[in-house]
Amino acid sequence: MDVLKKAFKKSIWVFHLSTAACNNCDIEVLELLTPRYDVERFGIKLVGSPRHADALLVCGSVNAHAKPRLLEVYRQTPKPCLVVAFGSCGCSSGIFRDSYSIVGPVDKVLREIDPDVKIVYVPGCPPKPEAMIEGIVMGLGAV
Amino acid sequence: MKLLFYYLIFPGFIFASIIGLLTVWLDRKVSARVQWRQGPPWYQGFADIGKLLYKEVIVPEEAFGSGFIFAPLLGLASATLGVTILCVSYFNMSKGFIGDIIVVWYLFAIPAIALIYIGSTSGNPLSSVGVSREIKLLLSYDLPMIIVIVMIASKAGSFSIRTIMDWQRINGSNISNWYGVIAFVVAISCTQAKLGRVPFDLPEAETELGSGILMELSGGVLAAYELSKAIMLFGLPILLIILFWGKGIIGGILMYLLIVVLLILIKNTNPRVRIDQAMKYFWGWMSGAAILAGILAHFGV
Repeated sequence: MDVLKKAFKKSIWVFHLSTAACNNCDIEVLELLTPRYDVERFGIKLVGSPRHADALLVCGSVNAHAKPRLLEVYRQTPKPCLVVAFGSCGCSSGIFRDSYSIVGPVDKVLREIDPDVKIVYVPGCPPKPEAMIEGIVMGLGAV
Repeated sequence: MKLLFYYLIFPGFIFASIIGLLTVWLDRKVSARVQWRQGPPWYQGFADIGKLLYKEVIVPEEAFGSGFIFAPLLGLASATLGVTILCVSYFNMSKGFIGDIIVVWYLFAIPAIALIYIGSTSGNPLSSVGVSREIKLLLSYDLPMIIVIVMIASKAGSFSIRTIMDWQRINGSNISNWYGVIAFVVAISCTQAKLGRVPFDLPEAETELGSGILMELSGGVLAAYELSKAIMLFGLPILLIILFWGKGIIGGILMYLLIVVLLILIKNTNPRVRIDQAMKYFWGWMSGAAILAGILAHFGV
């Protein structure tokens, strides 16, 4: 099992989920795939289906409309999986915190169904690509 | 016992999956270099398979349980069997049998059929769109490829792999003639479609259907599929080498790398086509070219 666990750390497939984000983080994520920051060096790649994913990259302050979608996608992801709360909004709902439509940041929503969920917080508005890589690496240390 | 050794170790399952996964790495590395990126390390294919085995398998509620899990294994087993028959003849370990090239081509069709089964049983609407595309693609690329195989077999006078190779050793490779060049273009298009790679990746269509036909696969089931794809990526270039070049092993390795890099470059320089364009391409242009190659071969050009 140790070998397989090591393999897990070398090959993280990421599903990118946008829960009421302002789109700035979504644009910033694509920077990771460019020649300058090329995360495929570490085996990280974006996949199209949550069933294939090892990490959920959740951008945005979660609003009432997006909450059931977030929970559904989290249930669909095979475990063990890592959740990356991305940007100020993902970590703490950011400046939208007191809005009537916001039901809480990513961690609060996910802990309702799974108290043991592993969450990595990457703050910033939007976070720099270096910060995202560091976040993923720190998260892998926790797996 | 000997057959079991052939099937499981060399040149069957273990050998083919190691070479196949290294070819998958080559694919990703060359693609990365084309895009001016660095690309993954050499063990990436192995790490992906290991990772997928580590994860849990989710069987959808609508799926017919055991079939959902066993269909990819069936695909893996038949892809391995196809590669074993090819390599045993290519490395001159046995004589093979009459008609083995036809058997190999239809063994290579079974992974696609298994995939159709999984996609249609998974109960996902996007998967079912992928399934309909996969069926159409399977029907369309089979015709030109069968014409090419029949043409080369009739040129050599037998459907056996050994005879086709021996004929080319005496009379010169097929690829050194005009009919061979045309047939090679047809065959490499069909290979690209059979591997589900980019101009013809309609069933998966990651940006359009979100992995389409593979959407509900997870964990070990996906690992079996990825492994069978890697083995096909090893087997189909070997099939092309046998059909068009047919000589020894040292040149065969170079030829293998050449064909793989050609496939990668086709993948990196083309956009995805629509399904009607793909069918028109295979049933119109490619079948026409294959028939033209047959006529040229008849006159020995």
